[in-house]
Amino acid sequence: MDFGFILGQTLSSLLMPETIAYAIAALGLAVHFGYGGLLNFGQAGFMAIGGYGYAISILSFGFPWWAGILVGMVASVIFALIMGLPALRLRADYLAIATIAVAEVVRLLFQSTIFDNYTNSADGLGNYHTSFREANPFPPGRYGFGPWQWSQDELWNRVFGLVVLALCVLLVWALMRSPWGRVVRGIREDEDAVRSLGKNVFAYKLQVLIVGGMLGTLGGVVMVLGSAVVPGNYLPSLTFYLWTILLLGGAATIFGPLAGSLIFWGLMSFLSVFLPALSTVGVLPFSPAQSGVLRYVFVGLALMLIVIYRPQGIFGSKKELTFNAR
Amino acid sequence: MPADSKPSVAPVKSTGLHVGKVAPGVAKVDPIIIADNVSRAFGGLKAVDVDHLEIPRGAITALIGPNGAGKTTLFNLLTGFDKPDTGTWSFDGSGLAGIPAFKVAKLGQVRTFQLTKSLGMLTVLENMKLGAKGQAGESFWKSLIPAFWRPQENEIEEKAISLLERFKLDAKRDDLAASLSGGQRKLLEMARALMSDPTLVMLDEPMAGVNPALTQSLLDHILGLKESGMTVLFVEHDMHMVRHIADWVVVMAEGRIVAEGSPEEVMNNVAVIDAYLGSHLDTDLGVVTGRIDLKEIQAADAAAKKKGSK
Amino acid sequence: MHNHGKPLTRSPKLIRTLLTALIAGFALATFAASPAVADEVGTDEYNFIFSGNVTYQGNPLEDVLIIVEGGGYSAEVETGADGRWRVGVPTKDVYDITLVESTLPEGVIVSDEGSDRITLTDRGATIEAEFGLTGNKTVNFFLGQGERVTVPFIDQFIERLVNGLNFGLMLALASIGLSLIYGTTGISNFAHAEMVTFGAVITLTFGVHLAFPMWIAIPLAVVLSGLFGWFQDVGLWKPLRRRGLSIVQMMIVSIGLSLMLRYVYQFFYGGSTHQLPNPGSARIDGLGPIVISPTSLISMGVAIVVIVLVAYWLTYTRTGKATRAISDNASLAAATGIDVDRVVRIIWVLGSSLAGLSGILWAYFRPGIKWDMGWQILLLIFAAVVLGGLGTAYGALVGSIIVGLLVEISTLWIPSDIKYVSALTILIVVLLFRPQGILGRRERIG
Ligand SMILES: Nc1ncnc2c1ncn2[C@@H]1O[C@H](COP(=O)(O)OP(=O)(O)OP(=O)(O)O)[C@@H](O)[C@H]1O
Ligand SMILES: [Mg+2]
Repeated sequence: MDFGFILGQTLSSLLMPETIAYAIAALGLAVHFGYGGLLNFGQAGFMAIGGYGYAISILSFGFPWWAGILVGMVASVIFALIMGLPALRLRADYLAIATIAVAEVVRLLFQSTIFDNYTNSADGLGNYHTSFREANPFPPGRYGFGPWQWSQDELWNRVFGLVVLALCVLLVWALMRSPWGRVVRGIREDEDAVRSLGKNVFAYKLQVLIVGGMLGTLGGVVMVLGSAVVPGNYLPSLTFYLWTILLLGGAATIFGPLAGSLIFWGLMSFLSVFLPALSTVGVLPFSPAQSGVLRYVFVGLALMLIVIYRPQGIFGSKKELTFNAR
Repeated sequence: MPADSKPSVAPVKSTGLHVGKVAPGVAKVDPIIIADNVSRAFGGLKAVDVDHLEIPRGAITALIGPNGAGKTTLFNLLTGFDKPDTGTWSFDGSGLAGIPAFKVAKLGQVRTFQLTKSLGMLTVLENMKLGAKGQAGESFWKSLIPAFWRPQENEIEEKAISLLERFKLDAKRDDLAASLSGGQRKLLEMARALMSDPTLVMLDEPMAGVNPALTQSLLDHILGLKESGMTVLFVEHDMHMVRHIADWVVVMAEGRIVAEGSPEEVMNNVAVIDAYLGSHLDTDLGVVTGRIDLKEIQAADAAAKKKGSK
Repeated sequence: MHNHGKPLTRSPKLIRTLLTALIAGFALATFAASPAVADEVGTDEYNFIFSGNVTYQGNPLEDVLIIVEGGGYSAEVETGADGRWRVGVPTKDVYDITLVESTLPEGVIVSDEGSDRITLTDRGATIEAEFGLTGNKTVNFFLGQGERVTVPFIDQFIERLVNGLNFGLMLALASIGLSLIYGTTGISNFAHAEMVTFGAVITLTFGVHLAFPMWIAIPLAVVLSGLFGWFQDVGLWKPLRRRGLSIVQMMIVSIGLSLMLRYVYQFFYGGSTHQLPNPGSARIDGLGPIVISPTSLISMGVAIVVIVLVAYWLTYTRTGKATRAISDNASLAAATGIDVDRVVRIIWVLGSSLAGLSGILWAYFRPGIKWDMGWQILLLIFAAVVLGGLGTAYGALVGSIIVGLLVEISTLWIPSDIKYVSALTILIVVLLFRPQGILGRRERIG
């Protein structure tokens, strides 16, 4: 077994665009659920809007990359409004089901052959990278050291992703320490009480949905900057992984989603090479393909165990325990 | 100090609140709330069916009635937390039908809940600050720039702390509301409602579950509200407290207003006694609610008479 | 006999344009209709390639639409000027390859002679194709002269209706279980999907891998599903109830369980689709316009009998009545001396058996058994349950039938790759206007 290789894979995964993208999208979920108490299970829909908004703007309309991101953001706000206007009146568990359904509708429409001209249906979209790469400030070459070695384009994807992540963390921090954040956290605790104090609860929930959704959209953009937009990536499982990340790190924390994403991707990459390696050398009595599947079993198990034994997450304090007995 | 249920200072009762003969739905000299034909049914059950009701301004009005009479439901309707099947009602001259709960609260008609709704995972101070009206920092864009809201936030904090002092909660200001006792939560909820300087405070059973020692100070607080010019409407089962602090009493039974009047008039009203007791005509109402035993009432009555004759 | 062609009543362009206009606001851009498709799709990305050559009397036919579907993947391709097409697919699965007859020139149809893996549907001719030892497979359609006989709209409607009813009854088995569990425990159990899959994979294990006769394998799978439910309640849900987890926490636990079980199935059964013996695609003659196979008929019969039995049980037996009492008001029921834990356990067993049975029927309906087959219909099950009013078993039945019919009948007007969208939209709309469902009661607020 090549431990050097396994370690290298694990470490290099910590700075993958996916890791950064998941951290941003999970931070959006933290805004939704951790601070606002909204059980959004449609974050995959927001990410899909980001990915498709970006790619379609560039491929079909010839927009520059930054305009593609803007289109994604505007689409995300409209999507949040469409989703939120009916769904935000619902009780927690109904809201979860409604949001998951809305996200699935979005995915099915993107995957459908109806809009094939724009979405390329099930095959997804690729080759929209030129504009973003032209904006790359790094001259061609190899960068980095050890497990973290990238071409100028790979570096640019990551640096851009990290900058977006930093701005998002800053935004959430600024919002949550303000009186606006106080109202939002109040709504999480008891929306009728906040209503009785003269706050327009519905408007706040809508704002929360929009802000968290925009982060999901930005995560969706960062995820596809250097790769491709494939509808199969936006399954409900994506949302569930984000929830695992969120709850791992701590739902009502600002750095929890980032920590959760690092742990999630670190472990996933580690297991993706470690388990098949184990079965290759005969320690695990099944095929490498089977042992590759095992890590998803662990994700499910991890999600269950966190919710049962440490619902505040690794970094959350029991004080901000977000599951109230509703 | 004995843990009795009277305010520490004999209250000054407001009189001359109504116009004409005292009857259910009687007109008031200066009504703050006027409700007409308000009804709400749950399935076949008419929980509220009020033909006409006026609440006098600047006074303390008690809303009493047996369990399930529809008091909480009426509160919900008046504050926009529930929608009636029929009817119109107004607050301070402006119609409230169809107005959502948060706007009602903004207009100055603030309520508390029978089952306390403290925001458990916020600190006591945060709970209080949330009650303040017109905060710039609560708008999304301004919240991002502290310069817009810091000064106001400091003022609000001062006010919150002084209110907390009045309600003896200042030592708990940095504790989570969830760590408070049930009675302290009632106090917090009331104090929080006062943060918005309301014109009308509607308290749903503010004394329920509150330790008698605290009851004392709660009663003082309610009287204090009236002194500072607010109107109070509260639901209470303890007739004894009602008698001591209320200027006006409205009695509900099975969704209807069955009697109105000054506390003394209402206590002797046959309809009220019927509503509470059916046929046990010779029992005091305080006993029926199970919170006061007979001896205590008689002693209290005697004390009240002494005070009155002085 | 070609009695499945494009109906005259259907104008795909118009409907697609209408639908497009509708969804445009949703998807935020104005999309045009009629896709332009290359003659090669996905051949760079994937290693498994289907290809073919469409010719008629020796002449290549251009712009004939071919659809490749299977394993959760679908792609479209149009033949090039040389009549050739190529499609890359991600997995070595069984795929349905459909030639859309309406894109053939006038007077040309697909002949179903010479292949027993070909079926004719209203879309066109479908060949079930599988890769051999290599990653390439050639699929050719034999074209002949003839007129496409258009099926009258009403006949198509009836066919969809029967299909929808079948699908709805199958959904009902699953959704009644979900609804009963929700009613008695408050859990929105996402792992119910995996209970559905469980019934199917156990049938596969006993019926195919261990070669038990089906009449043993199927009841055995249902019993084991029930046992699985019992085990879940004893091992997981009851301890969690004891711990005092909130319903939101329990819901997320069920999501974790669902994710875990799904991959456990994939671990044991792999990522491909397995078939049960005799899916029975024959149709029963003599029913006029009603097209139905013996399997579907049996499946519907079984579902109806089981649903009637459950209804009887709920209405007349002590435990059934207790179940409804708990759904109504758990603490009140407990106060009147009902042993809530015992009833809940029975409901877990019952709900899981029903889900398992529904999974077996779903395996025949799809057809095929796959690790995520239950997950594919979970949202439809939720839609049915919500439609009927969460927690009411009869509501779940009505909701399921509606969802089943809607999904099938809507394909008369909308492309089948978005047929679930209609049911999900209904779910969202119902939640908007009547969150207590069609038959449910509004709950006491505050
Ligand atoms: N959401 C609801 N759904 C069904 N019935 C309701 C609902 N809310 C109230 N009721 C019924 O309406 C009637 C009045 O209830 P309400 O809570 O207003 O009584 P109350 O006077 O406040 O009683 P208490 O003194 O016990 O607080 C009761 O019979 C109650 O069961
Ligand atoms: Mg009440």
